[in-house]
Amino acid sequence: MPLNVVVCVKQIPDPATPGKLDPNTKTLVREGKLILDDSDAYGVEMGLQLADAAGGGEVTLVSMAPNNEVSGLRTALAMGAAKAILVSDDALVGCDALATAKVLAAAIKRAEPELVIAATESTDGYTGTVPAQVAELLGLPSVTFAKHIEIGDGKVKVQRQTEAGYDEVECPLPCLVTVTAGVVEPRYPSFKGIMAAKNKPVDQLTVGDLGLAPDQVGSVGARQEIVEITAAEERKAGEIVEDEGDAHERIVQFLEQLKVV
Amino acid sequence: MPVSKTWVFAEADGGKPIPLTLELLTKARQLGGEVEAFYAGGDAEAIAGELGSFGATKVFTTGDLGGALVGVPAAAAMAAQIEAGNHPDLILFGMTYDGRDTAARLSARVDRPVLANGLDVGPDGDMVETAIFGGVTIVRTAFRSDPPHIAIIRPKSFAPEPAGGGPAEVVTVDVPDTGATNAARVLDRHVEEHTGPKLDEADVVVSGGRGLGAAEKYELIEELAKLLKGAPGASRAIVDAGWVPYSYQVGQTGKTVKPTVYIACGISGATQHMVGMKGSKNIVAINKDKDAPIFSIADLGVVGDVHKVVPKLIEALKARS
Repeated sequence: MPLNVVVCVKQIPDPATPGKLDPNTKTLVREGKLILDDSDAYGVEMGLQLADAAGGGEVTLVSMAPNNEVSGLRTALAMGAAKAILVSDDALVGCDALATAKVLAAAIKRAEPELVIAATESTDGYTGTVPAQVAELLGLPSVTFAKHIEIGDGKVKVQRQTEAGYDEVECPLPCLVTVTAGVVEPRYPSFKGIMAAKNKPVDQLTVGDLGLAPDQVGSVGARQEIVEITAAEERKAGEIVEDEGDAHERIVQFLEQLKVV
Repeated sequence: MPVSKTWVFAEADGGKPIPLTLELLTKARQLGGEVEAFYAGGDAEAIAGELGSFGATKVFTTGDLGGALVGVPAAAAMAAQIEAGNHPDLILFGMTYDGRDTAARLSARVDRPVLANGLDVGPDGDMVETAIFGGVTIVRTAFRSDPPHIAIIRPKSFAPEPAGGGPAEVVTVDVPDTGATNAARVLDRHVEEHTGPKLDEADVVVSGGRGLGAAEKYELIEELAKLLKGAPGASRAIVDAGWVPYSYQVGQTGKTVKPTVYIACGISGATQHMVGMKGSKNIVAINKDKDAPIFSIADLGVVGDVHKVVPKLIEALKARS
């Protein structure tokens, strides 16, 4: 039975460069090239492997990004995803998590997937609520924090992380699963994959295309507002010693002072 | 407007409320107004005493969920109460697996925003404080929606203090039929064995990172932790690499720790990691790279090779005992 998978992906500023807040809009500055969130590479890989194992079906990417940004999508397409749906609209600037979920849910519906995969949280926003909100809006069951996934007999079997270890959870398709980093080893796009990705379809949609009212989304529709940004109390750097073979003695001394030893 | 009623989404482990639940109840009490707990599970009676002593007058419970994952039925039951007019101003969830699921689903169900990663809540319960960029910037975000406001709070944001009240009254609530949405079932639970103190409760935490170079070198971390009667921890990098299980992870995803001493070995100090440990009372860092960000928050920083410093430290500690 073919398995059609939607993988939600986020295109984010490179986490290696320090983040900035716009002092006027108080939102994250998202200028320059965006890249595929590392956390999403696991979901893309998992989707590709599950569709493969099912003997057919394809992976569709769903993303919401400013300025019709596609560079992160191209990375995931180069890994092997078949196509992408990108929602890009000036009206989306300043979306809160629930509005983001409404947009993604409406876009996912178009692809009619059996399985929706997302990361447990994005690297830049890390609210970690969007996937379960999407599932609730779509009326789908969900299994979050998957560290292992198998599909058989129309069901997913998931090892879900817990405080104590993990739970084995079973859930019938269609459903949504969030994956942790390390669920699979993401492949590097091949040269052939990168070339093929350039011609893969990216369906670009606006808020209106999804049938959502502009006042439901973006900063207009946001029902939360950043009211204050301050610098945290800084933790100062203390003593720095270069190890010349005896630094462990300084550590022992330090632990003694604290009465830990 | 002062808070007239706060709900705390209570969680339990082995018939006892988890520490985070007690932290949230303490905060809810400080906000003034009534405090009630909401619990998804069959053993509410077992925890009602402790919930009460931390200030909850009632605990609403779904009863046993028959192996269903908590998020869907718990959110549906909470939403049904809210729609029926049992209306708190604020609902506090802990940043846990089930807490996040339930808060997110409730948010979509009652069409209210949710603020996550909270470190504090404003005095009127309508503002949530979070830390971003690895904790260097504090952001305060206000709800601009009708109550109930939904907030998810990180562990160890508040010190738990009992108030000495009597047991909370247990009130069983209806769980609406959510059909196929409520189809996920837990078949089996696996508990990873561990000895020594729990990572998020230990007085000393020794963590290892990519600088260890190879999975088998993690033994050094375990040995040092054991000598200091502490718990071993890890950076996300080596958890992702499969060297140690996820339960060892300290950071934004993973555990928040605030021990007396945190010893970071071969950890550079990615934002993701620092969020989870910068509340430690004392930080020792050992790293080869003198420019590693971890040194900017370390009380004692050793620029050196973990493979040389840590074995010598272990020997020195052994010689003392």
